[in-house]
Amino acid sequence: MQFSESWLRTFVNPALSSEALSDHLTMAGLEVEAMERVAPAFSHVVVAEIVSLAKHPDADRLNVCQVRVDDGVLRQIVCGAPNATAGMKVPCALPGAELPGGFRIEATRLRGVESGGMLCSAKELGIAEDASGLLPLSADAPVGENIRRYLDLDDRLFTLKLTPNRADCLSLSGIAREVAALAETPVTFPACVPVPVSSAARRAVRLEAPAACPRYCGRIVEGVDAQAPTPEWLRRRLERSGIRSISALVDVSNYVLLELGQPLHVFDNACLSGAVRARMARAGEKLELLNEQTVALTEDVLVIADDANVLAMAGVMGGAASGVTLATRDIFIESAFFSPRAIAGRARRYNFSSDASHRYERGVDFANTRQALERATQLVLEICGGKAGEITEASSAADLPLRSPVRLRPRRIARVLGMSFREAEITSFLNRLQLPFTRESTDFWVTPPSFRFDLEIEEDLIEEIARVHGYENLPAPEPTGKLAMLASSEDVRPEAIVRRQLADRGFQEVINFAFVEETWEADFAANSAPIRLANPIASPLAVMRSTLIGGLVANLATNLNRKQGRVRLFELGRCFTRASGHYVQPWRLAALAYGTAAPETWSGASRKVDFFDLKGDLETLLAPAVLSFAPLQHPALHPGRAASVSREGREIGWIGELHPKWTQKYDLPAAPVLFEIDLEAATAARLPAYAEVSRFQPASRDLAVVVDQKTTLEAVLAVMRAAAPTLVSDLQLFDLYQGAGIPAGKKSLAFRIVMQDTARTLLDVDMDEVVAQILSHLTEKLGAQRRA
Amino acid sequence: MQNLDDLITAAESAFAAIHDPNVLEQEKARYLGKSGQITEWLKGLAKLPPEERKSAGAAINRAKAAVEAALTARREALKEAALNMRLAEEALDVTLPGRGEAQGGLHPVTRTLERIETLFRSIGFTVADGPEIEEDFFNFTALNTPEDHPARSMHDTFYLLDENGKVAENVLLRTHTSPIQARYMQAHVAKYKDCETMPEIRIIAPGRVYRVDSDATHSPMFHQVEGLWVGETVSFADLKGVIADFLRRFFETDDLKVRFRPSFFPFTEPSAEIDVAFMKGALEGRWLEIAGCGMVHPNVLKHAGIDAEKYTGFAFGFGPDRLTMLRYGVNDLRLFFEGDLRFLRQFV
Repeated sequence: MQFSESWLRTFVNPALSSEALSDHLTMAGLEVEAMERVAPAFSHVVVAEIVSLAKHPDADRLNVCQVRVDDGVLRQIVCGAPNATAGMKVPCALPGAELPGGFRIEATRLRGVESGGMLCSAKELGIAEDASGLLPLSADAPVGENIRRYLDLDDRLFTLKLTPNRADCLSLSGIAREVAALAETPVTFPACVPVPVSSAARRAVRLEAPAACPRYCGRIVEGVDAQAPTPEWLRRRLERSGIRSISALVDVSNYVLLELGQPLHVFDNACLSGAVRARMARAGEKLELLNEQTVALTEDVLVIADDANVLAMAGVMGGAASGVTLATRDIFIESAFFSPRAIAGRARRYNFSSDASHRYERGVDFANTRQALERATQLVLEICGGKAGEITEASSAADLPLRSPVRLRPRRIARVLGMSFREAEITSFLNRLQLPFTRESTDFWVTPPSFRFDLEIEEDLIEEIARVHGYENLPAPEPTGKLAMLASSEDVRPEAIVRRQLADRGFQEVINFAFVEETWEADFAANSAPIRLANPIASPLAVMRSTLIGGLVANLATNLNRKQGRVRLFELGRCFTRASGHYVQPWRLAALAYGTAAPETWSGASRKVDFFDLKGDLETLLAPAVLSFAPLQHPALHPGRAASVSREGREIGWIGELHPKWTQKYDLPAAPVLFEIDLEAATAARLPAYAEVSRFQPASRDLAVVVDQKTTLEAVLAVMRAAAPTLVSDLQLFDLYQGAGIPAGKKSLAFRIVMQDTARTLLDVDMDEVVAQILSHLTEKLGAQRRA
Repeated sequence: MQNLDDLITAAESAFAAIHDPNVLEQEKARYLGKSGQITEWLKGLAKLPPEERKSAGAAINRAKAAVEAALTARREALKEAALNMRLAEEALDVTLPGRGEAQGGLHPVTRTLERIETLFRSIGFTVADGPEIEEDFFNFTALNTPEDHPARSMHDTFYLLDENGKVAENVLLRTHTSPIQARYMQAHVAKYKDCETMPEIRIIAPGRVYRVDSDATHSPMFHQVEGLWVGETVSFADLKGVIADFLRRFFETDDLKVRFRPSFFPFTEPSAEIDVAFMKGALEGRWLEIAGCGMVHPNVLKHAGIDAEKYTGFAFGFGPDRLTMLRYGVNDLRLFFEGDLRFLRQFV
């Protein structure tokens, strides 16, 4: 909502500077988003009349003007403007004037001719972009008057960022009422005196959907001059409210909208037949609107219709066919109250909005319908002439908004705000806000006025009390509350620790958008039916991610482009899939490693990070939990270098090297390694349980066996674990060898078998027996041979 | 005995001239070996008259001890020299960089969220979480924002398509973290439904939220932290106190002005927006909008099954991205979501 400060001050004029007024409004919840001057500073510019002009003797494009600025003294001013004509009133900068940009005007000679000032364009005064010629002033402009006063150039434009509850402030009179309450200053509203009825023309109005339209007023004005010019003062107020002047009739309806907050519509009476009615649209009806959009109406859209046609989308926009034109002679002016619920969301459904719908869906003063119509008629008669017919009104009192008294208890005020108010203070606040009330013991029963749609419950009134008192004047004590310790479980470790562990292993956290490119889902998750957004802001952000790796791979590419050679990233975030009709959105944790295994140093060649480096990171991250890994086919990963990850028998994620085809497609010089797991698996912890430490030293035997190259370590260990008696406390692989001395297609695995008995020291024979037992099982199950 | 003194002097200077331990051992033989000079002296004792033997013997033994001492001292000196030489050879350029994994780091917004959690934990708030694909009910209806409420247009909501390509009903990407308060209150009421008094609710709920908006100051995904305190004596004054306390702790300065200005949210009444202004630094004196807050609307309490007459509460929603920008002087919101290590590493 934009408006002119000087217009506002015609209603209410508190002794406050513009800045203080702005601050009052903001601190009362009518946030002033912008406050700007209508013109930059300049001085000594007055209204002047060009009395006569003649060509400059030495310059084709210049005129020598004789200019009157005050009592009869003519000044000679040289001027190059093409629109300069005798009799024209224009702004004139006198010698000594300082124009915007620090431009000083002095008496001077132009090509040998004396020039005592400068005639100005709008641009030279900084009030518009137009530099094509002199700013023409109206013929009745008083010569000699300071142009700042004449054009009201010390005015300021206020822009309010209004919240949806304050529809009452979508008009100058509403804002004025608010200022009056805040600044305790009297307010005067424009007089809406009924105009004399001088025409017998009348048109019947009917309420055919009274719940949606409980009040409808209309009147005919005959014989208007639709081409009459809009007066300067009215045009200026409209323009300073951000509304372009169109024609006198349209301007009047916009003016009343701004002044009183009542949307009006002006029909060309010649286009109407029979009674005007407010009814619900019928299926299949169509309407071409004033914005040239043709809408297909549905049965929950309220329309204005006559006997023959749908004329307008009620409270939203008029129809093209029945609108006024410059040829219009007779008009029918509508002023109605439409219920917010009947208008809400309708314009948005057809992808537009209008000043009318914006107000109606928030609530328009239903007690002002008739007065606004009188005010509009008065202005039409003043500007366009014509004869007004009587107002026809249809009202359904039962359907008008209910204004039930709301109880306001001083004790409740104290409870909610944390500050007590005396009854006299409350009384004064309510009076200032023009909220009528009655008393019942200590309580107040407040009846919300017709212009307020946001006062339904006691808390709404408490907010009003707080607002007028000033939020800044409420206390702000330090919090007090019951002290009880918060739970702290050792079954879970905080996410913060997981993040920090990853950071300590060189990973940098990133946060990526949860919506991703559809191809990422196809490539990295083989997901051909991702969850799509209905209204994505861009196609690369079209589907919800079911995996975090798309983002990490993209981050990798970004950083490689920025010459980062070693990249280690992680992200915690929700992933999204659909499962039998509902959405599954687990928190996942993913990490990516690329480049050298360790940061490059001065001390020798570095090796590329590989599967086992990242596996080590993952195992350490989840320690002491023991993870198991099994070969995995995963769409994102190299088929021979990918594993599922399980913890306590439950699959929690995967790890692997990016598939070479994606490495190529995403322009990566080499494949990164990645893992992704359920975050829950990383935050699960256990309470440590003490086990007695043996008094006897552990002993160990080494065993190297040769097995098929394809046999996994896990398979070998499984056989060993099954064969090992309980005194075996650990099986450690300490060497993996292929090459000379080992047959092709075979590999050698060397284990340290750690043994410990809690009751005695082990003897050599005991240990030899264990080794032999394990070996015989390996030979039997896997064809393993002891390596010599 | 003059000769013995000469012998000691000669041995001492001979040892001193030697720098190789092996040569020193050979030199030792010249004095103390089987045919060394001291040995020869001892052998000569037998030839002396018995009355001279005792004093001569003593003098020879003194000379022997002196030579041995000189030898030991020289051995030690050579050992010391050898050690020093080795140490010198082993000396490192201690200015070379250390080895090992580089330090990674947390995202700056995570830093902020952790600080917020820590500060609120210190006055008894726990952390709650909720889904990001949210039900229309919790995002709007339970928060007193029915269908067609003008406040819905304050949020440009992302909707989803169902399996058939139609706009999925009743779900959306949450536009704020406030649905978490609705869910939490409901669960809290259910948990204590058989208890005489319901314990206070004190939670904060950080998370990612989504709105159809993208420019230099808006990201379609961003963060919020919701806070909620419901109890029997919670007032707007408490809200002001908690927020002012938080902001001073968060920014670690008292040179900070905080103001509450009336505003509107369907789920709070009275409602306020919170502005801060720093009293020094680049942003000195400018009011910066930093959060929305208010007393929980009675309809929201009722939706959750809480007696709005008995309990009151406040709720607030901060933008941690904005807080992070203010705290660390970041000037472009988009940097947070670009994954650029040159930016992110500044927060290690």
